Amino acid sequence: MKIKSLMLLTTGAALATTGAMADGHMAGSMTLVSWGGAYQQSQINAYSDPYAAMHDGLEVIWDESSAEAVARLRAMNEAGNVTWDLVDVVAADAIRLCDEGLAMEIDHDEMLAPAPDGTPASEDFGDLIVSDCFIPQIVYSTTVGYRTDVADWNGATPSDICAIFDTETFPGQRSLERRPIGNLEWALICDGVAMEDVYDVLETEEGVAQAFAMLDTIQDQTVWWSAGADTPQLLADGEVVMGSTYNGRLFSLIEEQNQPVAMLWDAQVFDLDGWIIPEGLPEDRLARTLDFVRFATDTQRLADQALWISYGPARASSAPLVGQHAELGIDMAPHMPTDPANAVRTFLFNYEWWADYRDDMDARFQAWLAQ
Amino acid sequence: MTDAIQDGPMLAADGRPLKRSLARALRAQKMRALMLIAPLLLFILVTFIAPIVDMLFRSVENQIVSETLPRTVVALEGWDPSAPPDDAVYAALAYDFIAAAERREHTRLGSRLNYETTGISSLFRKTGRGVDDIGEDYADQFIELNEAWEDPATWTALMGSADWNTANSGDVDGAGTLFQLSVAAREAFPEASDAYRSFARTIQAEDDDSPTAEEPWNPVYMALYRDLSAGNGASYDGPMADLIAEAMPAVASFEGMSPREAFEDIDDDWLDLDVWGTIEAFSDPFTAGYFLSSVDLQLTPEGVTAQPEEQRIYLLLFWRTLFMSGVITISCILLGYPIAFLLSNLPTRSSNLLLILVLLPFWTSLLVRTSAWKVLLQQQGVINDILVWIGLVADDSRLALINNQTGTIIAMTHILLPFMILPMFSVMKTIPPSYVRAAKSLGATNFTAFRRVYFPQSIPGIGAGCILVFILAIGYYITPELVGGRTGTFISNRIAYHISSSLNWGLAAALGSILLAVVLVLYWLYDRIVGIDNVKLG
Repeated sequence: MKIKSLMLLTTGAALATTGAMADGHMAGSMTLVSWGGAYQQSQINAYSDPYAAMHDGLEVIWDESSAEAVARLRAMNEAGNVTWDLVDVVAADAIRLCDEGLAMEIDHDEMLAPAPDGTPASEDFGDLIVSDCFIPQIVYSTTVGYRTDVADWNGATPSDICAIFDTETFPGQRSLERRPIGNLEWALICDGVAMEDVYDVLETEEGVAQAFAMLDTIQDQTVWWSAGADTPQLLADGEVVMGSTYNGRLFSLIEEQNQPVAMLWDAQVFDLDGWIIPEGLPEDRLARTLDFVRFATDTQRLADQALWISYGPARASSAPLVGQHAELGIDMAPHMPTDPANAVRTFLFNYEWWADYRDDMDARFQAWLAQ
Repeated sequence: MTDAIQDGPMLAADGRPLKRSLARALRAQKMRALMLIAPLLLFILVTFIAPIVDMLFRSVENQIVSETLPRTVVALEGWDPSAPPDDAVYAALAYDFIAAAERREHTRLGSRLNYETTGISSLFRKTGRGVDDIGEDYADQFIELNEAWEDPATWTALMGSADWNTANSGDVDGAGTLFQLSVAAREAFPEASDAYRSFARTIQAEDDDSPTAEEPWNPVYMALYRDLSAGNGASYDGPMADLIAEAMPAVASFEGMSPREAFEDIDDDWLDLDVWGTIEAFSDPFTAGYFLSSVDLQLTPEGVTAQPEEQRIYLLLFWRTLFMSGVITISCILLGYPIAFLLSNLPTRSSNLLLILVLLPFWTSLLVRTSAWKVLLQQQGVINDILVWIGLVADDSRLALINNQTGTIIAMTHILLPFMILPMFSVMKTIPPSYVRAAKSLGATNFTAFRRVYFPQSIPGIGAGCILVFILAIGYYITPELVGGRTGTFISNRIAYHISSSLNWGLAAALGSILLAVVLVLYWLYDRIVGIDNVKLG
């Protein structure tokens, strides 16, 4: 009995291996790294499940370590044993990984599928390719949600980003992210600096002082968050009256949990999320990863992801294909940060600028917070 | 007694001095004991001590500058920091930079130096894109002079040693053997031969290409121009001597950007004295820079100065970490002592039940416990609601109990309380109740009996609990991050930030080393004042 089941197992394993080997020289398993939660689920639904269905015997392992991906990849690289095949990171981390030589350089036209009309991938993604190592996937934004039932506001409704700094019309606690990125920009915009001049102003000592002075005005009424789930929780509990978070979190708070919360799209800060391939993968694993990434970033797959979560597909050609939410049945297009109605006044990080000033600004921001 | 009293050392039965043979027997015993624990010791050394030492070593290690820009660092010695360096330094930088860019190491160095001077990161990235153009004007002019300069074979014949050329003649598959410079070329063209060797070996290692098939990088042409126009190689008579003889008089009429102009053309920040000052200040393979940064100082070309006031944060955080850990320890003593006292004086059955309640939090995830405190302590939370309901606090002035120091102290006291109660309990358990009874029978009041008899005997438990709680608190990270808000975060939160987010591992290691040193000093002080022998875990 025992021997028989063992034999069955071995045959099964052998079959599985041949199944995987049918793709030639590609590895029979791959490890994908993402952020967990609803976002990772949307990737599983849109990318890895259909791909696994097409490739018998392929083992797909998901790891939820994107938050510390940069440090982990560096440690793996130093140890000479990179166990990840494809890693989902935000654009700023992709730039850093590329700088550190930890991510592979990508030839976007060569390695990624063209749009259905034949437009090469590099044009389809356009400006969103912010680093040679980065394969864009979604556009998300950091934006502001507010409670719709605050009695102290006497019926006033926030209409633009500067409501955050307007403590007279909109009294109450706020929540903002505990990092300088985004907050300094908003502070300057609300202090009368034109959007296109923000980074020029921030480059000067006076500009930085101006931004911090603006933040000073709300410091004692602000809760500083570090996890994306904080603001939705604080808003739902009535702990804060308005706060910044990712647009997808606000979507689920408003549409899925029906909380008395509304959101602003004004001056939303665009950010990108996408894949990087670690440097130095063995040939069979690299072949598997490239095959998967070509599939997972084609026009249809990116549009599919938006059925599960309200983040905009990074390809221009995917936008018209975005349909209805898979469970709620509502049109997803109006909930995309990239929707023309929402993207009237937007802000894309100046990644190059932040790569330079991040350490400096962060030290300053933390010192300012700690006082 | 017939034994004569002998002079000198006492002897053992075999005639050796007793002391020595005793020592030998003891040594054998010690060795045996050591052998027994050797596997564990090795395990700890390899998996625990070695990684920690390696991590701490990063706080002073700084080889990246001298490894990535070796020629520049040498050329920069003796530089007068009041003006940008001369062309020789910029030329060295061009040779170093293009090799580094080929190895994709320049951005890494850029991030490293950006910790010290803002802007170097993008400067290096930009330079990496433009550095292959440096010397292009000279390359064009050499090729215009004689097309042979375009042929990789010209260069290998000129620069390569005879042995290397023989070994790599004909069709070479891949990189061939490691490039060797000819002695004649090295003597005649110091700059060009060095630049060429760097080119040859880099493409061999990085692209698996042979120098016999690749035209050199543009900066190599610039190096040859610089050699020839300096008169180097006038008496050269090795291979390709006729080409050199032809180029020698021609270079006088060559036109092109000097190395400094070429870098200025890429980005005028290359004339910035701060950039060069930073490269110079961090050119040593070891640096005190990280340690200076962790105490709010900085290493500048002018020496050690204080950080700008608005960036000083670490001393404040060290102080806050120590202070709050102290407060947490004291509140653990105040809350834990009565509980431990009660536990040790109850009958075993009920004390066991209570002990389980003390241990219960250990079976719940730390994150869950911390999040529960959020629900309890927030302004719209349970505690504030109750206070408002019983009328102690007005509805519009609810207490701020979380996202500040108070929140961190409350949550951490709760989390660390068992570490205080358990050692106290196990020490109190051993204090015979008869002592207190004896004191009372001799006329002491309850309080005196407790203060003079019971309390002194329970001090070793307090000591053990204090050490445990304080040392655990000082390195705590997740709870302050979640409930600490602005004013309740610890130094460990910054260490975590530098490890996982900014990738400034050197600074994280320096902060960690200081924290470790502070703990060791406090431990030593404790030993001096209280005495470590007075600590009992049971």
